[in-house]
Amino acid sequence: MKKNLLPLAVVALIAALPLVLKDNYYLHLMILFLMWVVIGSAWNLIAGYTGQVSFGDAAFFGCGAYTAGLLATHLGVSTWWGLALGGFTAIAVGLPFGWICFRMRGAYFALATLALNEVLRHVATIAEKFTGGMVGILIMPSFMSKVPYYYIALAMAVASLASLQWVVRSKPGYYFVSIREDQDAAESLGIDTHLYKMLSLAYAAFWTGIAGALYMNYMGFIDPHVVFNLHDISIMAILVGIVGGVGTVYGPAVGAFVMVTVQEMFRSGFFGLFKWLGDVSGSASLVKVAEVLTQAHVLGFGILVVLVILVLPNGIVGDWGKIKRGVFRIKPAS
Amino acid sequence: MSYFMVEKLVKYFGGLAAVNGVSFEVQKGEIFGLIGPNGSGKTTTFNMISGYHRPTSGRVLFKGREVHRLPTHKICHLGIGRTFQVVKPLGRMTVLDNVIAAAYSRVGTHHKAREEALKAIDFCGLMPVRDVLAKALPIAGRKRLEITRAMATRPELLLLDETAAGLNPSELLSAIDLIQKIRANGTTIIIIEHIMHVIMTISDRIHAINFGQTIAEGTPKEVAANQAVIEAYLGTDYA
Repeated sequence: MKKNLLPLAVVALIAALPLVLKDNYYLHLMILFLMWVVIGSAWNLIAGYTGQVSFGDAAFFGCGAYTAGLLATHLGVSTWWGLALGGFTAIAVGLPFGWICFRMRGAYFALATLALNEVLRHVATIAEKFTGGMVGILIMPSFMSKVPYYYIALAMAVASLASLQWVVRSKPGYYFVSIREDQDAAESLGIDTHLYKMLSLAYAAFWTGIAGALYMNYMGFIDPHVVFNLHDISIMAILVGIVGGVGTVYGPAVGAFVMVTVQEMFRSGFFGLFKWLGDVSGSASLVKVAEVLTQAHVLGFGILVVLVILVLPNGIVGDWGKIKRGVFRIKPAS
Repeated sequence: MSYFMVEKLVKYFGGLAAVNGVSFEVQKGEIFGLIGPNGSGKTTTFNMISGYHRPTSGRVLFKGREVHRLPTHKICHLGIGRTFQVVKPLGRMTVLDNVIAAAYSRVGTHHKAREEALKAIDFCGLMPVRDVLAKALPIAGRKRLEITRAMATRPELLLLDETAAGLNPSELLSAIDLIQKIRANGTTIIIIEHIMHVIMTISDRIHAINFGQTIAEGTPKEVAANQAVIEAYLGTDYA
């Protein structure tokens, strides 16, 4: 019980936040953060625990988002049905894919997931009559305020973490990690590795799909390039996992917070700090530097990720002991 | 019908016959040794028995049932356990977790799996290191973990692939003890071993192969005196 105290306290804190934080901008960032907790945790199960690295999370994300969007445009039902069905659509896409592609190991499987996303993106682009193609899908948001979305995202994040924690402590959890550590040894221990890899994929697809449906509901607009996006979704999912800590329950939650914050810092030029410095000092060159830095946000972001991987190869949660030793290494005065 | 039988087993890798017509029978409760020089096809035979390779032709029968077309995990559930010559510890899991993962093949709940695992760990003498990460174990510990994990799947027939290789003399003695204890527990054992002291001490019968073919079979004494076996191991000069 004591072990769960910190996460519960964090959840309580996040739940209370909208009472004091009224700024829509920060609420938006928090909603994105909570959505990434869901996606990152799902990626973590298939890649971190089962060891089947996926480069194609956007495929499941897009499936969920399009399920929600298409239900609304074709059947006229609420996009919220997508939240219930999006996960299952993603499973329906994921299982046949896994059945075929789990015959491949390691990097070959990862490449196949990359291809799955590209295929789906093209299908969504070409099938214009059905999906609207590049025009995308636009819906009216259900709520004007961000607060309802905030709590829905929070509920999803908590549910996904709770389910992850439950799964990794049960028989499938042991089997997933065994497969990651040595597939041949796992087989010799009576583990149907193909079946358990499929289960792991189904879990990841389900939660990623639900996150996609939430995105449709919240943002109100999707097109193939937004949801089947390699960089913004698939790679981001990997980074959230790696920065937070692969194969740890709370790693991706921490990773999601760090990555959303860092991405926003770079995108906004450290929340306007550069622009402000330039304005205050009145130096034209500093304004120019600020402008260039802001434009190169993807580059800065990339360098930061490289540094994290070099210094903390097991992620923030995985290397927490190392961080503690490094930060609190205060030697007594001699 | 014998307890376990390998019948005219053949395995080709491309044009190379790794195993070429090996047949033997194992009786319930015996320790059956499989020997042969490097590359003679011993491990390939094990891989066919445990479902990692499909035989090119021939059959493997366990208690009258054909098992050579079954996937590995089903063979494990039928009661054939194995260890690997090149040890395969689940490195970033503790010894206990390694064995729990194996125990789940027979029981459903975490509580029971843990109980089973602790029993197997105690039986094989790994209690002192149960909370150590598997990758941190020295080679003797890893070899023993292989056996412990296999035992946790409750095998009726256990395939041991060079579990004594790389052990020092005192570790060898305790390995021999363990193998005899496993047999006394009612498990039938087929063992591949290069260390003659081990295989000659513990085997009831020995089957010798070279270049994928049977060259001799019999009691340890008979096989040790066999002309073809001496030739295979020491060359024609000594035969």
